Amino acid sequence: MSANPPTAPGAPTFAIVYPGQPGDVAPVTPTQVPHRGGPANPSVDALRARFGAAIGRHEIVWGETTVYVARDQVAAVCAWLQADPTQRYEYLSDVTAVEYRDPMRPIEVVWHLRSIAYRRFLRLKVELPKDGSALEVPSVWGVWKGADWLERECFDMFGIRFVGHPDLRRILLWEQYAEGHPLRKDFPLRGRFSRAEQLRNALAADPEARYSMEELSITDAFAQLPEDMRKRLGGGARTGE
Amino acid sequence: MTATKTIEVALSTSGLGPDGRPIRIPLGAEGLASAPPGLEPELEGEHMLINIGPQHPATHGVLRLVLELDGETVVRCIPHVGYLHCGFEKIGEYRQYNQIIPWTDREDYLNSMGNNVAFVLGAERLFGVEITERCRVLRVIAMELSRIISHLVWLGTTCIDIGAFTPFLWCFQERENVYKLLEGWTGARLTTSGTRVGGMIADVPDGWTDGLRAFLSGFPKTLDQVDRMLTRNAIWVGRTVGLGVMTPEEALNYGLSGPMLRASGVAYDVRKDFPYLGYETYDFDVPVGTNGDVYDRFLVRFEELRQSVRILEQALARLPEGPVNIDDPRLILPPKHKATSEMESMIHHFKLVMEGPRPPIGECYVPIESPKGEKGYYFVSDGTAKPVRWRIRPPSYVNLSAIPRMVEGHLLSDVIAINASIDIVMGEIDR
Repeated sequence: MSANPPTAPGAPTFAIVYPGQPGDVAPVTPTQVPHRGGPANPSVDALRARFGAAIGRHEIVWGETTVYVARDQVAAVCAWLQADPTQRYEYLSDVTAVEYRDPMRPIEVVWHLRSIAYRRFLRLKVELPKDGSALEVPSVWGVWKGADWLERECFDMFGIRFVGHPDLRRILLWEQYAEGHPLRKDFPLRGRFSRAEQLRNALAADPEARYSMEELSITDAFAQLPEDMRKRLGGGARTGE
Repeated sequence: MTATKTIEVALSTSGLGPDGRPIRIPLGAEGLASAPPGLEPELEGEHMLINIGPQHPATHGVLRLVLELDGETVVRCIPHVGYLHCGFEKIGEYRQYNQIIPWTDREDYLNSMGNNVAFVLGAERLFGVEITERCRVLRVIAMELSRIISHLVWLGTTCIDIGAFTPFLWCFQERENVYKLLEGWTGARLTTSGTRVGGMIADVPDGWTDGLRAFLSGFPKTLDQVDRMLTRNAIWVGRTVGLGVMTPEEALNYGLSGPMLRASGVAYDVRKDFPYLGYETYDFDVPVGTNGDVYDRFLVRFEELRQSVRILEQALARLPEGPVNIDDPRLILPPKHKATSEMESMIHHFKLVMEGPRPPIGECYVPIESPKGEKGYYFVSDGTAKPVRWRIRPPSYVNLSAIPRMVEGHLLSDVIAINASIDIVMGEIDR
């Protein structure tokens, strides 16, 4: 139960602040920023000094710095970037992935980090080669709670497993969805199943499966279900994978 | 429930503090969440599972919340989203850049013009083009009008959720005025599709700025009315203060953005911190709350409405003459009469429509301050006319992911107020 502190009488409760004077920040316009090259984000050198070989190449496109990180070091790198007083990347903008049309290129997992204090923007990338190995990266949920749904969406859309995420299940698609991961390039635009098959699947879905196992277990609802339903749900009939 | 609230406020007084802001009324909010023990001993420990949505007027769309209740207190909240999922990002990979713009209308449909502008800002970074000065000012006008629409809808619907009906009508009346302006400009009210890579769909029509001036002269009066009605209203204050509190550290850690983050006391506004469209040259303030509760979110959004009026007045004053679109036949369609009479223009027209403009290989992430928070479009191009990846960073998606943290421990009726304060648009969350 979160007890909310009552407002102290007389304390200013609502303020208008100026985060920066006009002109503090140079606006990024194409005439000022080259397509390739330019000054790198100073965090790159700091990362190299701190993590050494775990930091791969970096590139600067349209003024934005991208750093490639070794897969197993991502969570450690993110934790350091967030906590270190010289970096302070306190804000996780986005977690997503990119699969290129070239089937030989690896899938990239992308993190967009933002340092509000230093007004920096950094993009981290991890390459996941498409050699049949598992698509797995460490979760950064322990660093930023905001990664929760972003990682779930990335798993939903690309099938990338975020190891260490507490509740990695589909989010935008339903849990029984059996057609795969839609944003993969081998996924056809109209889906894998025909309309007739999709309709058949929808009609055959268990209505009780709309509640997750966690929800059913909350109030002993699972124990009160009829025997056959318990058997079906407990046997994993509701998951599409 | 025997916990008492002390409400010592006269309705609609206009008391202002030394800082010029309405005085906050301290309430006994700390007693809200704790039920007295032993009220009904036989029911103690019994939890109930209830389901709100997906079809429920107070969930602002097709959001479904599964709540575990101990009496009236929420013990656990499990949100479910995705009922509106249409695969915008997948479809975008099969479309040319200008063809994606209609999809941006349909995600956050209260901010359609703002999404259009945000999309082309990202695409223009990718193409490496510089837009004209008139276009820049017109886009600022478009974005601030969208912000006004979005905040008005938020305010009106939140009033309905909490039980006030009159401000809802005032808000929607003013919103109608803005929609009339947008309709005169782009031909559509909600699905504007008002921008193109390198410019706008059209310049504003003759006399349009007079209409905007008339709106700006009348709108602050409506705001004052709503202010008098709500800001020191005992019911409004009692139903919003102390609810869904997020500390600044929590708010940052959960990735909140926009008014949600600023209400918690973090002064992060993309317009100030990573300015675009020349926002650094406009004189406006960023309202920041201190308590991070529903009431502060209301104050922040309400003040942003006034600041948007300020920005719009400055933009109108500086709106320069000149062309709206850039002079680049590789990006902008030639005028129709030229396309039908000149060989050169016809070829450009044909290539633009059939093949589409091709950006160089590269990627960019361009955030804007949408009414909901930091909205970013992430483009990856492999040099062809269609993006390899078009990613929407949806602010209300990330904001909504913190709802379990915000509602757990509060009463069931407060879930509605807290959910309303997040300002969600399910079209953007599900995409």
